[in-house]
Amino acid sequence: MTTQPEIKKPSPKDFETDQEVRWCPGCGDYAILKAVQMALVNSGSKPENTVFVSGIGCSSRFPYYVSTYGFHTIHGRAPGFATGIKLVNPDLDVWLVTGDGDGLSIGGNHMLHALRRNVDLQIMLFNNEIYGLTKGQYSPTSRPGLKTPSTPLGSVDAPLSPCVFALGAGARFVARGIDTSIKELSSTLLRAREHKGASFVEIFQNCIVYNDKVFEEFTGKKRAKDTQLHLRHGEKMIFGKEVTKGLRFNPQKIALEVVTVGENAITEDDILVHDEQNRHLAFMLCELEPPEFPAICGVIYCHPAESYDQSVHDQIDQAKQAGKADFNALLRTGRTWVVT
Amino acid sequence: MSRQTSPDVNGPDVNGPDRNGPDRKGNGVQELDSVVVRFAGDSGDGMQLTGTQFSVVTALEGSDLSTFPDFPAEIRAPVGTTFGVSAFQINFGSVEVSTAGDEPDVLVVMNPAALKVNISNLRKGGLIILDEGAFNAKNLKKAGYITNPLNDDSLSKFDVRRMDITRMTVEAVKQYGLGNKDSLRCKNMWTLGLLMWMFGRKRQPIIDSLTQKFAKVPEVARANVAALNAGHAFGETAEMSSNLRRYQINKYEESPGTYRTVNGNQSLAWGLLGGSRLAGLTLMLGSYPITPASPLLHILSGLKEFGVITFQAEDEIAAICSAIGASFAGGLGMTTSSGPGIALKTEAIGLAITTELPLIIVDIQRAGPSTGLPTKTEQSDLYQAVWGRNGDAPIVVLSVSNSTDGFEVGIEAVRLATKYMTPVMILSDGYIANASEQWKIPDINDYAPFPVKFHQDPEGFQPFLRDPDTLARVWAKPGTPGLMHRIGGIEKDYDSGHISYDAANHQRMTDVRKAKIDNIAGDIPLQDVSQGAPGGRLVVVGWGSTYGAIHQAVKRARKDGQDVAHVHLRHIWPLPRNLEELLTSYDTVIVAEMNVGQLNTLLRSQYLLNTVLMSKVSGQPFKIAEIAEEITRNLGDGK
Repeated sequence: MTTQPEIKKPSPKDFETDQEVRWCPGCGDYAILKAVQMALVNSGSKPENTVFVSGIGCSSRFPYYVSTYGFHTIHGRAPGFATGIKLVNPDLDVWLVTGDGDGLSIGGNHMLHALRRNVDLQIMLFNNEIYGLTKGQYSPTSRPGLKTPSTPLGSVDAPLSPCVFALGAGARFVARGIDTSIKELSSTLLRAREHKGASFVEIFQNCIVYNDKVFEEFTGKKRAKDTQLHLRHGEKMIFGKEVTKGLRFNPQKIALEVVTVGENAITEDDILVHDEQNRHLAFMLCELEPPEFPAICGVIYCHPAESYDQSVHDQIDQAKQAGKADFNALLRTGRTWVVT
Repeated sequence: MSRQTSPDVNGPDVNGPDRNGPDRKGNGVQELDSVVVRFAGDSGDGMQLTGTQFSVVTALEGSDLSTFPDFPAEIRAPVGTTFGVSAFQINFGSVEVSTAGDEPDVLVVMNPAALKVNISNLRKGGLIILDEGAFNAKNLKKAGYITNPLNDDSLSKFDVRRMDITRMTVEAVKQYGLGNKDSLRCKNMWTLGLLMWMFGRKRQPIIDSLTQKFAKVPEVARANVAALNAGHAFGETAEMSSNLRRYQINKYEESPGTYRTVNGNQSLAWGLLGGSRLAGLTLMLGSYPITPASPLLHILSGLKEFGVITFQAEDEIAAICSAIGASFAGGLGMTTSSGPGIALKTEAIGLAITTELPLIIVDIQRAGPSTGLPTKTEQSDLYQAVWGRNGDAPIVVLSVSNSTDGFEVGIEAVRLATKYMTPVMILSDGYIANASEQWKIPDINDYAPFPVKFHQDPEGFQPFLRDPDTLARVWAKPGTPGLMHRIGGIEKDYDSGHISYDAANHQRMTDVRKAKIDNIAGDIPLQDVSQGAPGGRLVVVGWGSTYGAIHQAVKRARKDGQDVAHVHLRHIWPLPRNLEELLTSYDTVIVAEMNVGQLNTLLRSQYLLNTVLMSKVSGQPFKIAEIAEEITRNLGDGK
């Protein structure tokens, strides 16, 4: 008689660490952590081949809570570390965790270059429109007029749209998720992982202490169906409780507009079909903002090209094949002479 | 200062008796021990190329040599201006040469601005070869001359040889149909031809190199060769009429081996690659262009066949961060920069210290603060290297002493970084980075490998497990099953490696990080005395590129019977364990450095040592005579 070894079914718990999670109770980060752990399981990720790299901020504590390799680095610079890791070992699956302050303020420059180079990374930008860890100052995505300790009369800064920034930087994968839709977010992250090259995922994340309910107008449970549009490639961009609202292209204005099927002679044929390889459409979608428009979620743009790390190693491999790596001969290149 | 090495004379009377009586052969060839030649012209005159080519043939003919490229930060400053003057100095001889020389014996000037900038340094009685054709009203005005120095007596202390190089070059290349601008570009080769005649150097290596360089434009190659030959022929035919003389420099007696010339950046780049191979690691360089460190990025970028990974990052910070990421992933991360760039990297160095990852940081120092003088040399980053971080953040600091030393220092840096899991900073400077010297090429097989062993055993693993002897933590790289771990800039628990805010633990971790670096003093060579012996009246202590000047000054003093020694540091931090005992064995300790006293402060603070500071911050290297004077002053009675 033999005993069959029990085959353990992979579970998100496999990616939990023994570390006590130190985010505020009710923080959106908990849900995102869960979504990431689900994506790791569903993608068949191996903990030993996975690395989480972060900068500084609330979101950047993330690596301590995933049972993979992790590197909690310095403020804004995670893309540099991640690039070095990926260049030395392209087989590693590298995730980058950052926030609106870390990734777009102090680290905006590095984010720009990681995206344009197309380093094979999954970049998750937790956008809560506030500095949490330093106790509530406004961030580069905060809305004008926001009163914070450093803007007692209200912020006069124009905010930045992370997804527009990413597209402008040349990102080949741009997506968006919400902390309140774990399943949807998890499948978006799965797509991000499958994508070779830099995948940029903006995640709306509620900061319960310093900027609570800032996304309430489209994340509130009762409103969500009417205020969120979840994109699917090749399908009509339609939403709403009755599934009758949709996006139509207005050629006179060169813009998207919300229409309702059945009103003003609008039919389903008028609704645009999502094409995630169309960069012009991606820009237009990223520009849409609630409340006039629904919050656009899911994969907005996905148009792969060879990744930076791949190109770097292709050149090295070619050089290795072409040239003989003889170190002593290297020291003797150029003019030499012999003294006897 | 003795001058038996100069090519000439005490004054314009070239036929007069030589002060120090060098041998004069019957055929008009004068034999010399060594000579200093300085080529100076406009940035666009090709002086660096001329000097480099002259160095190559000089080395091939068996002279010892040392060079000093001295050029402006501006790539192409307005033509004819003093700030656009570029110079290249070479000291070569049949005797040991270890600096580019205090004062030129021969000054070659291509325009009035070059004369104006360089004349003050020329030895009295020195030879000036100048392009008369460039001394026109326009150029004189641009250089700020009110009267033409060729027509007044301002050059009466020198032996001035005027020749219309411009006209003769244009004539020599006329048949190749180049435009006026391209024709004038051949002036430097004409001048080089003349100098090669003067010093009896063979032209063929230069002709080969020109043919190769201009392979795609053969008429330019032929014109340059024609100019070179014309300059050479001018020397031969003008010999009788203008008393231009030939000089002979005998071969320098060297130990058997294969030799080449090498500059400080080259030798260092190769040493770093050599070290990474001895460690069995992939070299990953993250760098951002900056003068005078960029050649390291260029050289290593050209070594892809060795598996070298180079990354030109978006800034200095991303450059070092990528290098630290590389080390975390199990490669050998390196970053190269100069002072201002190192300042930007400071926070990241702290992270490498606290996560205890190997990292090589190269600082090719230049004159500061801030942008300072980008192309001029200084040694003013010692404080920054040893102390320049937030928190108690010790690292290893090594320094490069001459153009060839980078190879050894590079290997030693990699050995220490990987054995002790620590950042190592290498200090070099703009002078030796660009200056060339002869190098007896080593054989990498003569170096003992020090292969890195990555941690593999999950049993009892935590990322800050330490080797009880070295105190180095284990290196577990991503991709290894069972060793998944998280590290970062927050303080770690000594026993588990988890983040810890515990007070006693922070004390313990700070102490162990310090002890680890302090203990390295037991793994580096005892400080030697490079000239002289322990104990005595006076020692000159130096570090870095001042080696050559101190070496020659001490050599002269010892020849004169003075009780003087030279101690030169490679290990700046930790200091060699016998250094205190060694330095206190002398009555007087002079610390000579190109800053306002940074090593001096370090030595005084460590040993409560009474020292005499000799400081220079002019952007120019020490002269031998300056150090010799300081020695004499401190010896008082002169013996």
